[in-house]
Amino acid sequence: MKVFLMHRARDFDLNAPLPTNAQDLIQDLELDTLFQAMAGEDEFLLGVARQAVLSGFDNDLDTLRYRQKVLKDCLNHAALVREMYEIAVQAIERERKNYWGITSNYPPSTLHRGREVMQMFVEMLKKLRAIADAHAAQFQSDGFTTLFAMLQRELTDEYFARVQTHLRALKFDDGVLISAQLGNGNKGVNYVLRKPHNSDQSFFERVFASKPPAYTFYIADRDESGARALAELEGQGINLAANALAQSDDHILAFFKMLRVELGFYVGCLNLHARLAEIGEPICFPIVSAAPERKHSFQELYDVCLALNMEQHVVGNDVNADAKNLVIITGANQGGKSTFLRSIGLAQLMMQGGMFVPAETFSANVCDALFTHYKREEDASMASGKFDEELKRMSEIVEHLAPNCMVLFNESFAATNEREGSEIARQIVSALLERGIKIFYVTHLYEFARSMFDKHLSDALFLRAERHTDGTRTFKLMEGKPLQTSFGKDLYERIFGGENPIAVETNGRE
Amino acid sequence: MLFSSMLFEQPQTELDRATVEQPECFGDLNLDQIVDAVTAGKQEYNLKPFFYMPLHDVEAVHYRHEIFRALENSALLETIQKFAKAIRAIREHLEQAAKLYYKGQKEKWFLDAVQIYCDAVKQLADDLSQFDLCARGLLAFREFLTNYVNTDSFRALHEEAKQLGADLATIRYTIHIKGNRVQVRKYEEETDYSAEVEETFAKFKQGAVKDYRAKFPNWQEMNHVEAQVLTGVAQMHPEIFSRLANFYAQRQNFLDETIGAFDREIQFYLAYLEHRARLQRAGLVFCYPRVSAQDKHVCADKAFDLALADKLVSKDTPIVCNDFFLKDTERILIVTGPNQGGKTTFARMFGQLHYLASLGCPVPGSDAQLFLFDQLLTHFEREENIENLRGKLEDDLFRVHALLEQATPNSIFILNEIFNSTTLQDEIFLSQEILQKISALDALCVCVTFLDELAALSEKTVSMVATVMPENPTERTFKVERKRADGLAYALSLAEKYQLTFDDLRERLP
Repeated sequence: MKVFLMHRARDFDLNAPLPTNAQDLIQDLELDTLFQAMAGEDEFLLGVARQAVLSGFDNDLDTLRYRQKVLKDCLNHAALVREMYEIAVQAIERERKNYWGITSNYPPSTLHRGREVMQMFVEMLKKLRAIADAHAAQFQSDGFTTLFAMLQRELTDEYFARVQTHLRALKFDDGVLISAQLGNGNKGVNYVLRKPHNSDQSFFERVFASKPPAYTFYIADRDESGARALAELEGQGINLAANALAQSDDHILAFFKMLRVELGFYVGCLNLHARLAEIGEPICFPIVSAAPERKHSFQELYDVCLALNMEQHVVGNDVNADAKNLVIITGANQGGKSTFLRSIGLAQLMMQGGMFVPAETFSANVCDALFTHYKREEDASMASGKFDEELKRMSEIVEHLAPNCMVLFNESFAATNEREGSEIARQIVSALLERGIKIFYVTHLYEFARSMFDKHLSDALFLRAERHTDGTRTFKLMEGKPLQTSFGKDLYERIFGGENPIAVETNGRE
Repeated sequence: MLFSSMLFEQPQTELDRATVEQPECFGDLNLDQIVDAVTAGKQEYNLKPFFYMPLHDVEAVHYRHEIFRALENSALLETIQKFAKAIRAIREHLEQAAKLYYKGQKEKWFLDAVQIYCDAVKQLADDLSQFDLCARGLLAFREFLTNYVNTDSFRALHEEAKQLGADLATIRYTIHIKGNRVQVRKYEEETDYSAEVEETFAKFKQGAVKDYRAKFPNWQEMNHVEAQVLTGVAQMHPEIFSRLANFYAQRQNFLDETIGAFDREIQFYLAYLEHRARLQRAGLVFCYPRVSAQDKHVCADKAFDLALADKLVSKDTPIVCNDFFLKDTERILIVTGPNQGGKTTFARMFGQLHYLASLGCPVPGSDAQLFLFDQLLTHFEREENIENLRGKLEDDLFRVHALLEQATPNSIFILNEIFNSTTLQDEIFLSQEILQKISALDALCVCVTFLDELAALSEKTVSMVATVMPENPTERTFKVERKRADGLAYALSLAEKYQLTFDDLRERLP
């Protein structure tokens, strides 16, 4: 019994190793906001959301399309999906509450618990099948169709009846029959639990059936060591059956856990969708292309985390960066450059997790890995200089880089003078481009941006934070060649209220 | 050729072997540690007496070399080890049988022992016939064995044991437990109920889960419930069980004496080879020394102290090897040098090499020519009687005198810091006197001393020096080299290091 809602033919691995830079991604892209929105109050969903979003780089295009379809079903039948999720949660909770006795190394107690848990699971499985019976036809995706068909096929009424028969038989009201052979020193070995030949006969048949001769003895009432020895013998007999039952319980538990995990991802998406719907932000299912292709075009792409935090509609961007390997973003401070860069990263991660993305339309190629190189606040505890630290981080990233990866630079290598920083940036970016790595680079290193622009690269796109002639920002990015100032002047004016406007020609940073 | 022993070609007429005592030199040369290490885990064979009997005849040494060399063939070694393991199992089975209380159980352990014995002996005879042997000891033993396994009595024993074992193995029975009633019956092909339970729940199988099987203590003994069950089983198979009882009564002396002796004696070789293998894994080499009872031009390359090496290997510390040779009239090695520089180790190594060679064993080193001594006489400084110096000197002299009394030209002396309890003058005088006597005997000798004066005593003495690192005199190399005693240079450099030279002291003293 498999769930297979995340992958067509394998389980979702909640413990798969995350990219080594997962922590950087979380920090730079403010992913916690996204995860929180998906999880709501549910700690478990938080874990699932985090895993699904951060492990997306391993998904192939088919998997992404598979998930998109399942997610569409979920959006259409949110209440049913949440109900199934609740069933899984309940089954897991009730199993957990059925405590083990003092010792689990005692087959009768293993058997007893095994029966009770199985009884409860059967009840839960019946509920799942009832949903499948009633609603299977309304679902379109391969994922749900397969899951429902599997439930109906495996969990027939006849099967449930057979399980009941076993649960009754495993009470051993007629005693325990064990076969054995002579082992070392003629001690009994290979104890195997047996089903008596006449177990299906009626009471009268059993009473009058002829039995082979037996050697019979009794354990005296006061013989405590004898009683213990007998219990041990009996334990050896039912050991395997008790184990089989307890393990089956574990397997069913694993099924419910997997159901909880995989539905959990979609419940997370439903939660996020509900939040965005409240704010009135659009979503769309992205058109995905293979990693070697160069696609990146969208309309109204917005920073979903910013929208969630502000709880209101935020400015989106329209860009066509198809066939581009390099996108350099320059322009006014506070002009939405960082927000834009974050929206690129978030959309990439959501897309590769199989989710919808925060945009009206979105089409992009997947990447094999996503890296962020953001300038970091100065860390007082750090002995090495800031520029040194930046280069060190870059070097760590380079350890993991390969063609068709994607790197988001935010004001990188600016912790030195502009000339040196530009030179470093230019060398690094040029090398990365040569290796087929896709780059988004937010920078106010004018020399760097300008030198890249002057190369007239066909696969480079230059965007600029827009400002109106009156100095106010639109937070929209437009295509445009790098300009020498970052409009720190505006900031200065806003803060200083127009005093001394002459002194403004800064390289101030966001 | 008639087989007598794996250790001696000629039947031994010596005193009862069991009464052989540990030679005097064992403590001084750490041979006791070596023998402890070699025989560790093989106490049951009582091997130590074998190590207390040095050989004085070249042919006797070669007899053992042949067997050692044969056992370097790993296939043959495995064959022997397999046999030894079987014999060990037989011993354990018989001990177990002796301990047990219930008849049916005792008899079965005994039967198993006999089966193991017959199989192992037959297997060994078969296996040995596959090898192209040339060691005299092994050839003679193989001949004995081939005759033995073809005797009618052995064949009958083997046949009876096999048949009885097979018959017992066919017995299958069932136990029905209900409340305090136990019924034993013949097995009637009842179906495996655990399998049925497993099969029912197989569809939920998800991968590895916890093992819920209870662990049952695996006592060799039976409890009285098991014993009663066995009684029931015996009643159902009276013929087989009465044959078992007869077998036990009549076959008590099944183990052949010669085979028992072989099993013990071959362990002398296995034990030494196993110990050697441990050191070889650490990169140390052993060789078969050329031995002579006449030629005193002994030599060894890359030799080492086997007792020390064993300790260092366990600690993963490198082992320093040393060479020595005596040519022409040279008979006496005078070893000088700093404390803790490896002098005593060198002296012990010289003694160990000769002793091990006299046992017919491979010795530490890449090449060696060694002398078959009549006595290995050692005198090492003792700790006792520190208070009473006069008493100690007297004691020393008394003991050295006793050594010289029993010495012959074919004896080997190992003297370590003798007479250091007296004044320097006395010490020089006494040491010279003793060395003169040894020299006059033309006996081989190693003398460890700090007296440089002894190093150039006569044409029979050779000076060897424990060296230090030239750049740091406090660091020892543990290399003992043939060169002129240069105690002064060492003392000077050490004085400089501690600023105790003439110039240093002038500076330092007010």
